[in-house]
Formats: sequence, structure tokens, C-alpha cells
Amino acid sequence: MSKNKTEEALVTVQHLTRDFDVSPPWLNRVIEGKKKAILQAVSDVSFDVKKNSIYALVGESGSGKSTIGKIVVGLLSPTSGVVRVDGVDLAREADKTRLEQTRAGIQMIFQDPFASLNPRWKVKDIIEEPVTARGGDAHGLAEKLLEQVGLSAADVSKFPHEFSGGQRQRICIARALAAEPKLIVCDEPTSALDVSVQAQVLNLMSDLRERFGLTYLFISHDLTIVQHMADTIGVLYLGRLIEEAPRDELFGNPHHPYTQMLLEAAPKLDGFGREVEPPKGEIPDPINPPSGCAYHPRCPIAVERCKNERPGMEQKNKSRVACFLAE
Amino acid sequence: MNKQAGREPVLSVANLSVEIPTRQGTLTPVDKLSFDIEQGRILGVVGESGAGKSMTGNAVIGLLDPPAHIAGGEIRLKGRRIDNLAREALRKVRGKEIGMVFQDPLTSLNPLLPIGEQLTETILEHLPVGKTEAQNRAVAALEEVGIPAAAQRINSYPHEFSGGMRQRVVIALALCAEPSLVIADEPTTALDVSVQAQIIALLKRLCRERGTAIMLITHDMGVIAETADEVAVMYAGRLAEIGPVRDVLTAPIHPYTQGLMASTPLAAKGKKRLSQIPGAMPRLTDLPDGCAFNPRCPIAKDKCRRPPAPNLDSGGGNAACWYASGARS
Repeated sequence: MSKNKTEEALVTVQHLTRDFDVSPPWLNRVIEGKKKAILQAVSDVSFDVKKNSIYALVGESGSGKSTIGKIVVGLLSPTSGVVRVDGVDLAREADKTRLEQTRAGIQMIFQDPFASLNPRWKVKDIIEEPVTARGGDAHGLAEKLLEQVGLSAADVSKFPHEFSGGQRQRICIARALAAEPKLIVCDEPTSALDVSVQAQVLNLMSDLRERFGLTYLFISHDLTIVQHMADTIGVLYLGRLIEEAPRDELFGNPHHPYTQMLLEAAPKLDGFGREVEPPKGEIPDPINPPSGCAYHPRCPIAVERCKNERPGMEQKNKSRVACFLAE
Repeated sequence: MNKQAGREPVLSVANLSVEIPTRQGTLTPVDKLSFDIEQGRILGVVGESGAGKSMTGNAVIGLLDPPAHIAGGEIRLKGRRIDNLAREALRKVRGKEIGMVFQDPLTSLNPLLPIGEQLTETILEHLPVGKTEAQNRAVAALEEVGIPAAAQRINSYPHEFSGGMRQRVVIALALCAEPSLVIADEPTTALDVSVQAQIIALLKRLCRERGTAIMLITHDMGVIAETADEVAVMYAGRLAEIGPVRDVLTAPIHPYTQGLMASTPLAAKGKKRLSQIPGAMPRLTDLPDGCAFNPRCPIAKDKCRRPPAPNLDSGGGNAACWYASGARS
């Protein structure tokens, strides 16, 4: 691969691990003899997000996709491992100004546009906050951004409750754009929206990417959206990255049995009367994950080795796969 | 619709209207809706939020929250009118004749009672059986929906089950009195893809084996495609289009259904941009005159902007549109 400008990684995640302490209260541990409990939400995850690309993280609930998103924007700190954005390690960078500059270049769009806008603030204040909070001049910025996201400049003096769900998500996008970010982390940006509105928001996000050269880390459970939007896709299972591939490769030629199951189980628009063999079992308890490969209790092709040894990520053609048996 | 001679539909809804009186005037979240569901068939009801899907389901089962009330039309269950039943009579129908599965399995189970007790209570209420028999049936119902070691888990509380297992319990609860109709309101929306596939397979199997009619309310077109026999598309409280699932999804004739299908990422296969319907569904407080879809419609003409609103007959029986392209037979 040629290391030209666009091939450079904007985000590098290396051996990222995040633990949460979910122990019962201290007193219960003493009286009832309960042990400490650690939930490993993200376990040894490594990937790169190239500049001006869309990297999607998919997985079912509890797979750690939102936790990774929060670590990348700096809302959570990693337990171990390194996240670099533009070469800066957000958790350890000592140079305050450099850290501040990098952080200003990362914005987030959340799932629920009804919960992520302050109901008591006017739209103008909401959109301009990322700039004014850093002491910048935001004169006329809100009006300009509102028009760029397809709303009217006259909306600046309205309150969030005067907008529909799709319009609110546009306001969230305008707010994210205000800081002139390089990277936007989108955590399920359209799952609270209806199909026809979802299309509007996804189109807007694609347009803005081309216009401003944005990079997206796109978190979703919806494979159809990911297939439409993403350049590269990472599939997570129980906090582990189990497959990563360019879009067409992942959907055309999935290697990991979990990815295959996920693609098979997703409802198809032309699947009239389709009888699928429903997948076995459910996602295991993340506090006591299975030994070896986390997917082995549900895996149709698991062998003895999968129980004892955790597979690492191996390059297979264009994909990286964590499976001993993947061809 | 395709009413075969001699076969009476399990559920027959004719001209159903639901109204909510408010200070700003009367709202009509469900406006002259008509559809039938036959034995062993699954009718999918799709639409965006606020289209009136859940309101329709609640009206059928008699669970409208006042001040919402049925303002007109008829609901017949196996030929018998149930929309004008008294409270007590309706309570006997609900649970016995109609089972209900809601979106969130945690809120539809009583957290303070073991699941076995909730099942036996329902069975004893509706079926003429003794306590031991009721318990046996409860275990059998749990086994049927695929809960492993049902006999041991019958004394577990809802919080001890995972989301998918809880939804299975809710389905067992809806089916334990052997109803002829099940209303499933977004039964898989709160679940993961792999669990969703399990629940869909379960619903289809039960429908096939027991001949239960199912009204499946969802916003997910993929789920509808794989599950439903017929599909009804709702927009702003009105039926936009109805017909066999394959026809409606592959060759929609109402401009709204066409837009909706084109805007799903699944339909965009390879295209850079998704096609989109401009605007959003109008609020019930300011519905446009004439066809409710006219402000967003690419082919709207003057006729669409004037009352009366088109009904199914305007579009050849399948779509409520004056200009539905090529009515299907």
C-alpha cells in the first residue's frame, strides 16, 4: 500500500482494553462473601481509521462498540492500551495546548436527539457552544451551519422542542461541525429516526464528509446502514474485535462464523417466506466470558482448541480475522 | 382484499376511527381503517412513528387510553362484534381470544411474581382447568417457546431472564390461553439481530402450527418481508396501501410506499446517495387538506390538496391515492 496522504491513519487504537468494576457494594462483599466482579467491556482491540474514511463498528448489545466510541472522544479513559488521534495520545499527552487542539477536532453525535440537546437553550447557543466554550468568536456561525445541514437560518432563536427528531439530529450535526472537527464519532446516529428521515440524515452525513473532508467513526448495530455508509467495518463480539474488512469484502465474503451468522440472521427485504435456521444461544454474560474464543459456545464449527486458546487477529486476503478455522 | 369464499376472517376491521378530544379540537389518530386477517395468516402493519400503528392495535384489543376512544366503525373477531362490548365482557375476550405481545418484555411482565405464577394465573382465568393442569400447561407453554429447562425455571422472576428469553415468556403468556389472534407490537425492536431472528422464527412456527392469526406491528421492512403474508402501510392514521407482501414491497403503487422502500439502505444497493422523502410526517394537529401525504408527494396535483382525502377505492382497492401508478389486481 502506498503511504500517500489519504492512506494515513487519523485514529490508531492499539491493544485497547477497558474494565468496569461492577462489584457488589463493599459491605455485601464482606457479609455475603461475594467476590469483586470486573466487566471487561473492551478487550485488546486494535484498529486504524484512515483519514477521510468511514470506519464502522458493528456488534450486538454488550459488544463494547459504544465504549470504544467514548474512549476515542475522551469521555472514558482506557484501562490499558493506547488511542492516538492525529498522533496524540489523549490519555497521556503532557502538552496541554496540543491536547486541547486535538480534542477540539473530535466531536460526537449521539443516538437520541431528544436527550442530547439542552431543552432550555436556544439552538444558537447549542450550536455555538463548542466555539464559545473555547473563547472563540461564533458570530453568525449558527446561521451558516443551520443552512448547511438543511434547516433555516431563522431557526436560531427556536428551542429544541420545536423540532422533529430528524431536525434535532441535524442540529446535533451542526453543533458537531461548529468546532471544525477532523473526526466525528457517531453513536447510532439514526436508530431513533424513522426510515424516510434516516435517509435524509445519512445523505447529509455523506455530503458533509465530502465537503469538509471529515472522518467518521460510525457505531451501529444496523448492518444495512453500515453496508451503505462504511468503507471499512470492524465486527465486535463481547468486547473483542473478531473481524475487520473493507465493506465489499465483509459483506461478500465474511470469514468469521459470527459475522456469517450476523449477516444470515439480518432480515432481508427480498426474503419473502425465507426460513432461516435461527442462530443458537445468546450473547454470554460479559462478567464471566467463555474461555478461549468468546464465540465458541455458539459456534457451529468450534473445535477443542477454540475453548482453550484465544485466537489473535490474522490477515486473510483483505480481511483481518480472529478465528483459528477461518479460511 | 383477497377474501376467499366460505372463509371467515379471524379479525375483521371496518372503517375503524379513533378520536382524541383535545383543547385544540378533535384529533383522529386512526381514520377509517379497514383490513381483515385470516386464520394462520400474518398481517404486517408498517408505518413511521405517529402513523397510528400501535393505536390501531390498542383499539382492537380495547386498551385505548382515555380520552382516546373508538369513534366509528366495527371490529369483528370471528364474526362477533367486540368494539362495543362492556368492560367485563371485553376483559374475557382479551387474553382468551386475543393475545398481546409488546415491544419491551420487561415492562409487560410483573417483576414481583415468578413467571410460572403469571402463566398459571392467565390459564386459570381463561381455561376451565384445575391448578395442577394449569401448571403443567404453563411448563408446556414455556417449552413450546423454546425456554430450556422450563420446569426448573418456572419459579424464576422476570429479571433472571435475558431480553430474548423474556420476550419468549411474554409470547408464552400471550399464547397460553390459546387465542385465535395475537397482536404483536414491535416484538423484536428491543432485541439484537440474532435474538430477533429467533423470535421471528418462533412467531412464524406458532402461526403455522396453531393457525393463530397475527397482527405484526413494526417499522422494520426486513422483518415484514420475511414474516408477513399481507402488509398494510399506514400514514398519518390512514391506510396508504395494503396487499400481499411481495407485491407491496417489490412493486408499491402508493407514492409514500414507493418513497419508503426507496429510502431504506437495503434498496440503495451500491448507490452513493439514498433516495429520500422530503419533510416529515405531519402532526395530527395540522393535517393538510385532502391527501395527508400531498406536501411530501412527488406527483401531487390540485385534486390531492382538496378534500375529500382519497381512500382505497380511489386507487383501485389497494392504495389510497388518486394517481396510484398501475393498480395491481
